[in-house]
Amino acid sequence: MQASSSVREYLVTGGKTVGDVSEDICRQVEGKPTTLWIVSFAISAVVLAFGFYCGCYLLWNGVGVWGLNKTVGWAWDITNFVWWVGIGHAGTLISAILLLFRQRWRMSINRAAEAMTIFAVICAASFPLMHMGRLWLGFYWCLPLPNTWGSLWVNFNSPLLWDVFAISTYFSVSLVFWYIGLIPDFAVIRDRAVRMGNKTRAWIYNSLSFGWDGGAKTWMRYESVALILAGLSTPLVLSVHTIVSMDFATSVIPGWHTTIFPPYFVSGAIFSGFAMVLTLLLVTRKTFKLEDYITIYHIELMNIVIIVTGSIVGIAYITEFFIAWYGQVPAEQYAFLNRMGGPYWWAYWCMMTCNVVSPQLFWFKKIRTSLSATFVLSIIVNIGMWFERFVIIVTSLHRDYLPSSWSMFHPTIFDIGEYLFTFGFFFCAFLLFAKFFPVINMAEVKSIIKATSEKKH
Amino acid sequence: MSNNKTYWKGLPELKNDATVIKNASNEFGDAPEDNGHSRRDFLKMMGFSVAAVSLAACEAPIRKAIPYVNKPADVDPGIPNYYASTYINGGDYCSIVVKTREGRPIKVEGNILSKVTQGGTSAQVEASVLSLYDNSRLRAPYIAGAKAKWETVDAQIIEKLGAAKEVRIVSNTLLSPSTKAAIDAFKAKYSSTQHIQYDPSSSYGIWKANQQSFGTGFIPSYDFSKAMTIVSVAADFLGTWVAPIIFTKQYGVNRTVSVAKPEMSRHYQFESILSLTGANADYRTPIKPSQEGLIVAQLYNLIAAKAGQAALSASIDQVANLEDAANELWENRGKSVVVAGSNDPAVQVIVNAINNMLGNYGSTIDTSKPMNFRQGNDEAMDAFIADVEGGKVDAIIFYNSNPVYDHPKGAKLAAALKNVSLSISTASTEDETSALCGFKAPDHHYLESWNDFEPVKGSYSISQPSISKIFSTRQVQESLMLWAGQENVEYFSFVKQNWTNWFHASSGNGMDQQSFWDKCLYDGVLDVTGQSVPVTFNSDVAAAGSWIATNYKATGTDFEVVIYEPCGVGTGAMANNPLLQELPDPITKAVWDHYVTISVKDATDKGIDMKHEEFAEGRTQIMTIKVNDQTVNIPALVQPGQAQGTLGIALGYGRTKVGKVGMGMDGNGIGVNAFALVGSLNNALNYSATTGITVEKTTDIFRLAQTQIHHTSMNRPNVIQEETLTAFKERDKSKGPYNPKVTKWDEKLDASALSMWKGHTYNDHHWGMAIDMNSCTGCGACVVACNVENNVAIVGKDEVIRRREMHWLRIDRYYSSDAQAGDYAGLEKASENPQVIFQPMLCQHCNNAPCETVCPVAATTHSTEGLNQMTYNRCIGTRYCANNCPYKVRRFNWFKYHDNQQFLQSNPSMNTDLGRMVLNPDVTVRSRGVMEKCSFCAQRIQLGKLNAKKERRPVKEGEINTACAAACTTGAIVFGDMNNPASAISKLLEITKDEHGAAPTDKKAGNPRAYRVLEDIGVKPNIYYLNKIRNTKAAKPA
Repeated sequence: MQASSSVREYLVTGGKTVGDVSEDICRQVEGKPTTLWIVSFAISAVVLAFGFYCGCYLLWNGVGVWGLNKTVGWAWDITNFVWWVGIGHAGTLISAILLLFRQRWRMSINRAAEAMTIFAVICAASFPLMHMGRLWLGFYWCLPLPNTWGSLWVNFNSPLLWDVFAISTYFSVSLVFWYIGLIPDFAVIRDRAVRMGNKTRAWIYNSLSFGWDGGAKTWMRYESVALILAGLSTPLVLSVHTIVSMDFATSVIPGWHTTIFPPYFVSGAIFSGFAMVLTLLLVTRKTFKLEDYITIYHIELMNIVIIVTGSIVGIAYITEFFIAWYGQVPAEQYAFLNRMGGPYWWAYWCMMTCNVVSPQLFWFKKIRTSLSATFVLSIIVNIGMWFERFVIIVTSLHRDYLPSSWSMFHPTIFDIGEYLFTFGFFFCAFLLFAKFFPVINMAEVKSIIKATSEKKH
Repeated sequence: MSNNKTYWKGLPELKNDATVIKNASNEFGDAPEDNGHSRRDFLKMMGFSVAAVSLAACEAPIRKAIPYVNKPADVDPGIPNYYASTYINGGDYCSIVVKTREGRPIKVEGNILSKVTQGGTSAQVEASVLSLYDNSRLRAPYIAGAKAKWETVDAQIIEKLGAAKEVRIVSNTLLSPSTKAAIDAFKAKYSSTQHIQYDPSSSYGIWKANQQSFGTGFIPSYDFSKAMTIVSVAADFLGTWVAPIIFTKQYGVNRTVSVAKPEMSRHYQFESILSLTGANADYRTPIKPSQEGLIVAQLYNLIAAKAGQAALSASIDQVANLEDAANELWENRGKSVVVAGSNDPAVQVIVNAINNMLGNYGSTIDTSKPMNFRQGNDEAMDAFIADVEGGKVDAIIFYNSNPVYDHPKGAKLAAALKNVSLSISTASTEDETSALCGFKAPDHHYLESWNDFEPVKGSYSISQPSISKIFSTRQVQESLMLWAGQENVEYFSFVKQNWTNWFHASSGNGMDQQSFWDKCLYDGVLDVTGQSVPVTFNSDVAAAGSWIATNYKATGTDFEVVIYEPCGVGTGAMANNPLLQELPDPITKAVWDHYVTISVKDATDKGIDMKHEEFAEGRTQIMTIKVNDQTVNIPALVQPGQAQGTLGIALGYGRTKVGKVGMGMDGNGIGVNAFALVGSLNNALNYSATTGITVEKTTDIFRLAQTQIHHTSMNRPNVIQEETLTAFKERDKSKGPYNPKVTKWDEKLDASALSMWKGHTYNDHHWGMAIDMNSCTGCGACVVACNVENNVAIVGKDEVIRRREMHWLRIDRYYSSDAQAGDYAGLEKASENPQVIFQPMLCQHCNNAPCETVCPVAATTHSTEGLNQMTYNRCIGTRYCANNCPYKVRRFNWFKYHDNQQFLQSNPSMNTDLGRMVLNPDVTVRSRGVMEKCSFCAQRIQLGKLNAKKERRPVKEGEINTACAAACTTGAIVFGDMNNPASAISKLLEITKDEHGAAPTDKKAGNPRAYRVLEDIGVKPNIYYLNKIRNTKAAKPA
């Protein structure tokens, strides 16, 4: 018997050499910022400033500036929180799980994806902080710190506390993993700076690279650490969103009280995360002329992940409905019918269209290899995923057990402002990252240049 | 050379320079030039400056916490004192007990010693304590709008009174015999004085009908507790009619059903608006106000046919339930009562005739002990206004009344008042009448006053001050007697002397005078058995019948308007009380607003569109309603149960001269004054308008604040349980009405049998509550009582529209729906004439509380006595607990509601120095960002336990009660220790150990009416509800 497999696409096109890789990636770090970059950064900074004002207003006046009420105690805040955390997941999945599975195509996208993770987690964490009635106490009372109040301790039963642990662990591990990966690339920039005689830059990047010497032993240690961290990160990909989903799953509210949430949330997270990676990379690729490193093949592979996770999410939606019918709990049945046909029907159908129908278009090779279609669909998926969280949180809360308390939620300018704040932060941070840090993992890409680079014609 | 070398310091020294010799003894050389400041001075100045600057930077608050030089014997800081007293507002009455702390009245509760009110209260009574600290109270007398001294005021008034030819005293119904004596003293001096009584919500028709029927005008005592059939034609006797507290108490007696007493009264209501009474009725028929007379006449005809008497010339056909009502009245002769809300004497004559035919006089209606409420005389008031307009009156004293606002001819009076040379208002706040009066001689608030009352003949009560007067006010009685030329007037001595004179001999039981007085004061009430004069019915019914035949019409297509008194702000005297403004109307659940209720069908026809969705919270349209020559613009509220072709407009709004609260958020007042729409019929005020009405919808948008915007129970059996009386009698009593099962993989179990939790151990007490949905009338007294007891913030209209009211206890009101189970869209719509159910909803103190497990910082925890506790200090405000509360009873402090000018208008009790005096010092005022909820009045539990501990005894049953249970007139709320088998709650609920319970401490209620809301989700609440039992023949009457 003879095993045969089709010849895989090249992961790097354009007949790049190792030197070309350094040149292409370091170009924008060393060069002046482009006009496009400056304009984008300016817009992001303005958005950030407006969001910052909204945040200050909220802290000064109280959570009442949001549109929440006695029935709907969480809305945009936790919707945004879950959405951002979900987005972060793709980065970890790409860098950790795909590393363990030896998927080489991850090499040119993992750096940006991990950066995205870190910024997304920061954005996400801002919501549980801002949504607290008394942030000035809550930010440290939520931590199991020894205190002078006798036996007063945090409540280990509370899923919110689990969130604190899950998010902080996730953030620390992701940050360390990302930074360790950056060290050899910082050293490359430093070496080039030394050659160019730019002493300041050489000093900065030398510090950032912790004096990386590129010795064989150093590389050995480096790769061991990367593997260990990948091992540590892998369970986090599953655990973080599982725990986030338990905020809802452990409650008694119909529409929240469901055991399907952990896998459903994890696949949703990867789904939205890949969409966000695509959105960002398509722009970065174009702006920084990295078409040879982030190829159509990469994009296609990511789109396949989107079909898979999108379909899992779709099946989860249907399963929820089936269980609501099968479980014969009237309150739950009503909660699901209310999603479809209640006052927030538009949010539900928006979610269904964006998350279940639209990714199915990627079954067509033409669509999944089209840059513009991918770009549009990646944004649609994230809109859909935002609505998924909105539907879960708001439509479950606004009509729960006692009809006397049923009410509606309407966002205020401050709900929107806080969301914009995280967008402003995210894009400012990402743009700074793209300008000053190597957006593609040069060290790893160089390792595959020989094996899978397209030959120069 | 010797070794005594000399070292010189420099050439000058060697040379023995003159300066060196001069300074030889001066070791430190030349001192710096002395400019008058030493280093010590510098340090002093620096010390002073630093201290001064830092002191100037600190705000040095002036706190007048001055300890008593000699502590009064009965005032201990931290220990409340209670005084029996009497609530009075206009003609409304309630015998109360006032709780004071450190000399401040902070709460009123019903006085159970009173045979009249029997411990009952109303929302207005509960709220009245805040009116004592009303910022709009007058702080001194005024002459022509300028502050003056009492001496000056008295001198000028006496001078003008001396010159006056015609003097009038205008008041609402006076219940006080001593005040009447004071007025008599005044009359003795000024012989032209006439005392005119009127009532904003007049019952003159009843008074006059009785005059026609029995020869003397009076309002009889009704006893609904003896009636098994109650027929009310538009009389809202549970809400506002004559004496609602008394009637509610009586009504509750026959509405309670148990295995031991499986009978209840049946109540028929015929009315246009859905009133509180109508909501409690078993059968309710929507009618138009123009039919009221005919329905009463037809009821007479139906009963007359059975009694073998002649029918009247007036009749009406096909009024649903009327025939059944007549049959049952006849069956329950002597055990029934018919009342009518109409103020038309002719209608009331026929009502009297019906009650006479049924033999109700002497059983359910007592003419020998008439009530002294609503003695207002509409004709006399009309004559008075005509006299003022005619310039015949030159001195008027307004006491306990505000006719410029609350009389239909108020505008005329206002215009004529300018020409009256002496006009005196004794109102304690600035109001529409006092604004036009030359003199303002403000009266005390009732909590600062001495007074006595005779609400029902032979039943007296006393009012004693529970605080010394706060401002420079003076009791009207003292003023009157002073103006009458008496000296050294002290109303206290006057009342005391009167009581000694009147009652000591007959009721003293051998006590000396002082002991008798002390006992009266301690009890607050005194019952005197007096002679009763028998009266006999003798009236021209046929004449009344023919009046009705000509003045009422059976059918009509025009809109008709009903003007009614709302349960909250009443006739407007308490419009500046935020507790009442934010008390949801029992039916509409609207707060802070004035609206016109319109039937569902009429609203559809007129294109009224009330929405709560898609950014349209509380949106409705304004309607222009023309009633004869009056036009009002008022937002529409679509009201199920409203009779088609009728509109309901509440009195009590449209105040123009009132404090900040009553002027609303925008300061332009709330609503319109509906008194102007009140007409006259048969020489009595007519609270409806049946002709000359045009109704138009405008496109103007208005936002109405309601605390409940979803009106049906969606057919959820785990929320609402109701059955008919017949069904209850027939069914298996070993089970409750609702026994949900949960499914394990192999079997179905009781919901309480399956739990993840081990349960809590309650070794001492296990507090619980039982709420009887049958005797709950939905009045809302408990809501206000809770607000006052627990310092609950009043958040104002805008925040209520954002659905953020803070009430710890709310009354959920559900309408029935015609739709079948499963038709969710249909279930959202209430029936056209729905059955109504009230469900007081508060923290259920779940044994498996879902809020407790989710709090990340353990700010809400379970007590060893079954309480679900909230630790405000620990709360960080994640709101997870509120989200996870299946009952949605947790309230979040979205803003800082205290010490915040943003909430000055709605929440003066936390934002003004005067208002803050009402706060209960035992309860924390919650800060921004924390969650709060019902604590089962933890402070009262603690007080009861500490008292017991000090006396080294167990807590006595009944010693500890929550504010809501204490306020409930019908006793629908019972609070107590479920671990004590002798407690009222254990007996009522028949509490036993739950043998099948998942936790060893689980309890079970054996009462066949008891169920727990949302029992199926296994949170195991400590509040049990007794299901609603309707005395109807079928489950859903047509």
